[in-house]
Amino acid sequence: MHTNSLYQEVILDHNRKPRNYGKLDHANHQAVGHNPLCGDRLDISLQLENDQINEIAFQGESCAICKASASMMTAAVKGKSRLDAETLIHEFRELATGKLDTNHPHHLGRLTVFSGIRDLPTRVKCAILPWHTLHAALNSLTSASTETNHDSAHTVSSKS
Amino acid sequence: MNSAKASLKPEISADFDAEKIRADFPILKLKIDGKPLVYLDNAASSQMPQQVIDRLVRYQTTQHANINRAVHYLSEVATMEYHNARCKLQQFINAREDREIIITSGTTDSINLVMHGYGRKFIKAGDEIILTTLEHHSNIVPWQMLANEKGAKIRVVPINDKGELEVDEYEKLFNDRTKFVGLIHVSNALGTINPIKHMIDFAHQHGVPVLIDGAQAAPHIIIDVQALDCDFYAFSAHKLCGPTGVGILYGKAALLESMQPFKGGGDMIASVTFEETLYNTIPHKFEAGTPPIAAAIGFGAAIDYLMAIGIERIAAYESSLLNYATECLNDIPGVKIIGTAAEKTAVISFTIGGIHPHDIGTILNQDGIAVRTGHHCAQPVMQRFNVPATSRASFAFYNKKTEVDALVAGIKNVQKVFL
Repeated sequence: MHTNSLYQEVILDHNRKPRNYGKLDHANHQAVGHNPLCGDRLDISLQLENDQINEIAFQGESCAICKASASMMTAAVKGKSRLDAETLIHEFRELATGKLDTNHPHHLGRLTVFSGIRDLPTRVKCAILPWHTLHAALNSLTSASTETNHDSAHTVSSKS
Repeated sequence: MNSAKASLKPEISADFDAEKIRADFPILKLKIDGKPLVYLDNAASSQMPQQVIDRLVRYQTTQHANINRAVHYLSEVATMEYHNARCKLQQFINAREDREIIITSGTTDSINLVMHGYGRKFIKAGDEIILTTLEHHSNIVPWQMLANEKGAKIRVVPINDKGELEVDEYEKLFNDRTKFVGLIHVSNALGTINPIKHMIDFAHQHGVPVLIDGAQAAPHIIIDVQALDCDFYAFSAHKLCGPTGVGILYGKAALLESMQPFKGGGDMIASVTFEETLYNTIPHKFEAGTPPIAAAIGFGAAIDYLMAIGIERIAAYESSLLNYATECLNDIPGVKIIGTAAEKTAVISFTIGGIHPHDIGTILNQDGIAVRTGHHCAQPVMQRFNVPATSRASFAFYNKKTEVDALVAGIKNVQKVFL
């Protein structure tokens, strides 16, 4: 493992200039993600129409890995169907935890820059938090945490 | 001891042979990703010298059996060695009697023992417990649990911008409902050394007992519980070059005797029938079940090791490292030291403008540098300084100036990555 390979230019660039940063005024789905271990917090709001993500935005306090992951995630799922987004969520989680066989076809594209995270178990949650939160938002759960196996355990109420 | 620290610094650090001491610690020879390990996470856990490792091996290979029970040879040896460890700890903190030393699983266990044994028996609805902003979560959460259960109230001593307790405010918190004080001796997040002697005396003027969380103090400050006159004092072995899973609670004998047991089981009883159990005398009343025998004996060996070097010499050397590191970090633009108390142990919490502590920790790790990043189990301290987390470099007597230089180079590299 070499951590240099994790802080690649594409990640540093998304950290410096995060895409889709902010909050949507007319969101019909949103969720807040927490990583209680480090206090990081991420808001995701999106506009879903006919099962397609028309608009998506995020904001929050987090490390570079989390912010870059969120930025690249929003760019990747914008315009995609809910089903395609769920596929990406699944594949990204598999990638971050070292379970994805990248020799087989997948849909992650440039998101594979995060593959090095699997060697840093304490940082895996940083990369995954935005994806957990997106999953919660798509499924009308209002909160997600890196410390629960099932996001629904933290469900408060639906805001969709 | 604080004035001693300042006056002893120049002459003592000169003859302090860090290289010779480093040779005692096999782990310091490790390479991380090809780089020499620079271990600056000593406030979380310190490393173990060969002398303590050897003692553990000797115990396991020639002395192990269960204690206080059988009449056979090994049981008697193990019982005696375990007792010797308790006596070493008694001497280390100058307790009046060895029965005032309860072997626990660590500081957290010690504090929970006091909460259950003293708090649940003596603290009632409407009573007030004084804690400070600097407390580690382990000296907050048990008292919150008790307060919720009893309908008692927690009062909190604030800190100033340097991370020092506001002692005037502490004194104002006392009233006739005040029944207990929990006080951290040295802040794990900032390194602040608190004026506990004065605070203990003040509490005693109001007839209030005081528990000192000494987890961060015992490795760096000579502890004399009789001079301090504290009612309880707790610390862990693994921050004193000993094993994990063992620590002590010192308590004044009369107080320990007045308390109810924390855990029930073997060894803590005098006799048991299904109608009634008579509890054993202290310290056994609080040591239910087979204790961490090997770890306690290792703890004793660690105390021997530290006493042979001398806590005062250790403190003086670490203080010179702290001063050097503070100067170096202050010279790096963008680096801000959180916690600038006049009296500090060798702990530096810092932030780097615009860079998250976890990114700092990961990038320093690529240079073999181990620091702690996060809230340090002291979220109220983080909230006070309006930061979610910090990076923390904490030094031990086996660290050296060139490792401070490596930290400085590492921080500059972090800044370069995020430029």
